[in-house]
Amino acid sequence: MRLAECVEVSAPPEAVWDYLAEPDHYLRFMSGVTRWEVRGDKRSGKGARYRMLIRIGAAEVGGLIEMIEWHEPRDMAWTSITGVDQRGRFRIRRLPRGRSRVELRYQYGVAGSGVFGWLSEQVSAPTLGRHVRRTLHQLKRQVEHERLRAEAESRRRSREAASA
Amino acid sequence: MATSTLADQARQNGKGEQAESEAAASGGATDLIGSLFGRAAGAIGERLTGRLTADLDDRDPDYIRETLPRLWLLSTIWFRGEVRNLGNIPEEGAVLMVGNHSGGNVTPDTHILTLAFHTYFGVERAFYQLAHNLVVASPIGQLLRRYGTVSASHEHARQALETGAALLVYPGGDWEVHRASWERHKVDFAGRKGFIRLALDQDVPIVPVVSVGGQETALFLGRGNRLARGLGLDRLLRLKVLPVSIAPPWGLNVGDFLGHIPLPAKITVEVLPAIDLREQFGSEPDIDEVYDHVTRLMQEALDALAAERRFPVVG
Repeated sequence: MRLAECVEVSAPPEAVWDYLAEPDHYLRFMSGVTRWEVRGDKRSGKGARYRMLIRIGAAEVGGLIEMIEWHEPRDMAWTSITGVDQRGRFRIRRLPRGRSRVELRYQYGVAGSGVFGWLSEQVSAPTLGRHVRRTLHQLKRQVEHERLRAEAESRRRSREAASA
Repeated sequence: MATSTLADQARQNGKGEQAESEAAASGGATDLIGSLFGRAAGAIGERLTGRLTADLDDRDPDYIRETLPRLWLLSTIWFRGEVRNLGNIPEEGAVLMVGNHSGGNVTPDTHILTLAFHTYFGVERAFYQLAHNLVVASPIGQLLRRYGTVSASHEHARQALETGAALLVYPGGDWEVHRASWERHKVDFAGRKGFIRLALDQDVPIVPVVSVGGQETALFLGRGNRLARGLGLDRLLRLKVLPVSIAPPWGLNVGDFLGHIPLPAKITVEVLPAIDLREQFGSEPDIDEVYDHVTRLMQEALDALAAERRFPVVG
């Protein structure tokens, strides 16, 4: 099963990338995700590994994943090492006026599971589709909020410098 | 080992048949019926014991992985399963999971917990479940063995824990799983404390697992333990019960030997924090004290889960 959604963010690709590159942020914006833990020495970048779980129906599904693409600030992609077969990708593209278009693609399934595997993919697709949409909207909110805070901080410092 | 268990069982069967013959000789219609039933059960028992050679190597992670989607469908759509606090299970090492058992011979709580365990920790982590000999020897036993189900014996349990696996046991066994539906919110291990000695011998933590809803998948009327004793099933098949229930598709269901179609009751499973027996009860824990503690914790958790339910089956 393949799902894809996109959203426009009022921040440049670099700001979106900075937010996505930090593994601690994933539990805040990835909808349905119950675990996103660093496994191994590498926190981020190509080759970084994470244990991720997402609640779907009666189970928390996921496993060990590894970042296999890391093209700052455009593309990051991961694939599963153990657990459910999955591939995910964030595509970030620059838009005019300091905006970005962020796309999340997510593919999942269990190889060799036959007709029940196909059926379970169909049944879980609406839930996962909602998670993907919600993830992007939460990402947009978080990144834009971070940007507003950064801009406010910058204005405050300017005022303080001017008054001094 | 499994072979010694078979030999013991075969001897028990032999004694059972002899006893049934003596009972028939003493006359009486009840004794005669009991004897005939006992002989038939003895013959079945002998055939079944030949299939109890399951060992830990029967577990097949690839098979589990490929069949998890159907288990997920069943658990999600039919039982609306919910498993809480799996993070209470230690991430690594041997652990003894102790559960209350419900649902007659269909045991949906086991299916849901098995699914949740394997999706949470991955099929790579060894997970075994002890089950009654009849379950392992039944036609579906072949499939269950690939999921890590082994016949209940102290030896199998010890072997599993020595490999560093997680092991799920239901001390209440057939006694608890066939309790009447109106006792559905009661933890009843029938005083069986072997799991505590096992945890102490192997020095592994106990993780209590409590489930609710399984006893609403049929209308369980009673265990029929007197009937089982009268028919000699306890000696012949290690069956302490001959349960009576009302369940589809049979209507009146005596024995539940062929299982039944479970009602789509909502099943909720909660994993409680791990208990390190020696840390909590000293180097030589009192078995009775530990038993009371574990069953009390489980009963409290079950009461809390039961309080969340508004209606039977619906949840």
